[in-house]
Amino acid sequence: MTRIVVIGNGMVGYKFCEKLRASAPASDFKVTVFGEEPWPAYDRVHLSAYFSGATADDLLLAPRSWYEEKDIDLRTNELIVAIDRDQKTVRSHTGVETSYDKLVLATGSGAFVPPVNGVEKKGVFVYRSLEDLDAIIDFGKKNAKSAAVMGGGLLGLEAAKAVMDMGLDTHVIEFAPRLMPRQLDEAGAAILKAKLEALGIGIHLSKNTKQITGNGKLTGLDFADGSRLAVDMLVISAGIRPRDELAKGCGLATAPRGGLVVNEFLQSREDKDIFAIGEVASYQEMVYGLVAPGYEMASQVANQLCGKEVRPFLGFDMSTKLKLIGVDVASFGDPFGEAEPSTSIVYENKTRGIYKRINVSKDGKRLLGGVLVGDAAAYGILLQMTQNKMPLPPDPEDLILGARGGKEPAGAGVESLPDEAQICSCENVSKGAISNLIKIDGISKVDEIKSCTGAGTGCGGCMPMVNDLLKQQLKAMGKQVKNVLCEHFEYSRQELLDLVKVKKIKTYDELLNRVGKGDGCEVCKPAVASILASTWNELIVKQDSIQDTNDRYLANIQKGGTYSVVPRIPGGEITPEKLIVIGEVAKKYKLYTKVTGGQRIDLFGARVDQLPDIWEELIHAGFESGHAYGKSLRTVKSCVGSTWCRYGVQDAVSFAIQVEERYRGLRSPHKLKGAVSGCIRECAEAQSKDFGIIATEKGWNLYVCGNGGSKPQHAKLLVTDVDSATCLKYIDRFLMFYIRTAEPLTRTATWLNKLEGGLEYLRDVVVNDSLGIGEELEREMAFMIQTYACEWKEVVNNPELRAKFRHFVNDTSGDPTVSFQEMRGQKIPAS
Amino acid sequence: MTTKLEMYKTADNSKITTWFKAAPVSALPENGGACIKYKDLQIAIYKFSRRNEWYACQNLCPHKMQMALSRGMIGSEGDEPKVACPFHKKTFSLKSGQNLNGDCAAIATYPVKVEEGYVYVGFED
Repeated sequence: MTRIVVIGNGMVGYKFCEKLRASAPASDFKVTVFGEEPWPAYDRVHLSAYFSGATADDLLLAPRSWYEEKDIDLRTNELIVAIDRDQKTVRSHTGVETSYDKLVLATGSGAFVPPVNGVEKKGVFVYRSLEDLDAIIDFGKKNAKSAAVMGGGLLGLEAAKAVMDMGLDTHVIEFAPRLMPRQLDEAGAAILKAKLEALGIGIHLSKNTKQITGNGKLTGLDFADGSRLAVDMLVISAGIRPRDELAKGCGLATAPRGGLVVNEFLQSREDKDIFAIGEVASYQEMVYGLVAPGYEMASQVANQLCGKEVRPFLGFDMSTKLKLIGVDVASFGDPFGEAEPSTSIVYENKTRGIYKRINVSKDGKRLLGGVLVGDAAAYGILLQMTQNKMPLPPDPEDLILGARGGKEPAGAGVESLPDEAQICSCENVSKGAISNLIKIDGISKVDEIKSCTGAGTGCGGCMPMVNDLLKQQLKAMGKQVKNVLCEHFEYSRQELLDLVKVKKIKTYDELLNRVGKGDGCEVCKPAVASILASTWNELIVKQDSIQDTNDRYLANIQKGGTYSVVPRIPGGEITPEKLIVIGEVAKKYKLYTKVTGGQRIDLFGARVDQLPDIWEELIHAGFESGHAYGKSLRTVKSCVGSTWCRYGVQDAVSFAIQVEERYRGLRSPHKLKGAVSGCIRECAEAQSKDFGIIATEKGWNLYVCGNGGSKPQHAKLLVTDVDSATCLKYIDRFLMFYIRTAEPLTRTATWLNKLEGGLEYLRDVVVNDSLGIGEELEREMAFMIQTYACEWKEVVNNPELRAKFRHFVNDTSGDPTVSFQEMRGQKIPAS
Repeated sequence: MTTKLEMYKTADNSKITTWFKAAPVSALPENGGACIKYKDLQIAIYKFSRRNEWYACQNLCPHKMQMALSRGMIGSEGDEPKVACPFHKKTFSLKSGQNLNGDCAAIATYPVKVEEGYVYVGFED
């Protein structure tokens, strides 16, 4: 049994273990892994997710139990301090010695800290490990309002996103005259800069930091050009330095810029039993600071040890695509067109923030590389064309502009790729491997492709191509890939909504007769009911049997089969007289009362036959339906605002009431919640709502597409400092666009996540009116507002509708199985 | 009155001893259901207007023992008529009573006939 010691349990070290155990029986190799951090290997690529709520456990590549199952001796919290090549042992900081036959260095890299005076001051951090992040979060919460990130490269911008997510005023400082100097050209970097500045991030280029000022704790930065920047915190992310001290300590050659010098088999020049993989390896004076080449090295060494044939490592393509602070950025092949004579084709749209450049060989036959900012959808295919030296279409500009004149762009789809094309570079999965899985093994789900091949489990950048490939393969096999509502309608929700509008269909039965089949089901009935309500706004109980039970009885069904009643309390403001009425009604009908999360009062335990009587009394006192039962607007929560609050800058309550009354009763694909906060302190928690409004000195900031629930997501900033009328106009357009295009039962957050082009596209549609439908959306909303009527008022005043609220059709008694017990002086369902 | 599952037994059309006159046809919604009381039992009756068929089953959903099936949405899966419980959308065949989207116990079903504007449900008493 060969004894293998792996020093370093980062992403690449973990990948080595995974590949080794997958390629050979565990009895062939005894594996011991040393990691200096307290955790097993975690996903460093998505480190900034830690700031938006992911836990250390979420980021783990595999739990500790995985190492046990694979019979890998994982020793975390243990730092190796020396290698003895003669004895073939390693020694840890506790003095324990471990013998090896083969040694794999996967120590990675540490943060490069430039030699600037004052880096030791309090408030200066590096951005590298989970421990660094804990320290940043801790300090940022307590002591900082603003932060600067030193370094405008990939990692620096990741770090900037992280501190921005903490709510700090964020600045980025870059030594070079442009952002991401290794990946982007000047024009592309300028577009990126403009986009980041629009998000409120300060970008400072050509800045050579002279010293970090402050007495003990930093207060700012002094630059060589004489300018200064005052900040409370500094995060250094200016590059990496390979952790090659162990190699140096045992006499192995290291490169001038760091890293253990390796040959094409990733072996040390001096000692064939020592390998280096990942960021600690230097091949031809090059350190590869991306995960994909690290993974490639890991599997190469694992294969060698198992005696498999291997390709020598001869460098690695450094193409990359990522989403930086919501902006897509990609760079592939030779981004600057400098390696050989070439011509560039450039598309730039400053209004939309898009820059695309491709470099074409002088003979016009091959794609050499390029840069994409703002829209990187074509990255996968362009990278493939570059790597596979595929022939270019006659008009190469089609590749970045799309075909004009109705033609499909020649050779720009995933179907034109050869089978050997690499789709996932992190896991080295080819197109052929995925195609076979679909064609031969009959796999038809993306998740299954991910678990079978590992494709998309690394950086995730290839997922759009995997999706396209799956769709295209299934289509080629004649399988239905259309997005349909259910077996009764061969249409998506959006298509059905268009059909309802165009054909002026007003009932479910008519729609089923004209474009559907069968008898319908619990999926299409409420979905169509919602479409009809969002289009014609007619009383929903007229078609009561297509409504889900809550909409059928205009109340929320609860355990035991009774219902709860929620009167609308706009903005959470209520007079003492009305509070008394709610109390009296609750007392009369013996209802359990509870204050809801949406600043209103829920009355539980009403029998279905009691509902009209309860509502008659509430309506008499001036209440109306709160639509707590509907997939519709629920509440617009508010803080007390400038009328009472000493910090308030706008009257949040008045605006919340105006907004809630504007959209009350609006039926939508899922429930909608809003909030208005009167100042930046955000007491109404508007950033957790589908639309959230936060007062500024100048007006309102509008956030959209947040939600609480099982997968909380913060709302995103759509526009800043708009007046009340403009704010309402944008909410009108936003909500109507959502109602038109979302799938059934999809909250706005999920809808936005799936929306191609994301927030930028949404802003284009809503604010810049890029589709030219702004006024149409406003007209549709105006119709909904004008035709609003309280459903309960209509039922209470209509004896025929009222008669439907009974448990038995052949007996006037209520459900005799309903029973209650007492808890803290109120009733609850009997258990 | 009880919520005990054992109370509900599928009635075989050939062994019906009692045809209970439940309600006038007009008391039932089109393409929907309602609940009737028969002795200690709660029975859901559904009118499939589109295919001119009637079905009846226990009102008690066996999943979480809720008296709710009559308030569920009806429809079809292939040709099979079904009802979805409003609580957690468990669906049951109205012909066989089998749970179609899970492994809940089957529900009891009862034959229905319509005569002179009235709906009758059959029981083996």
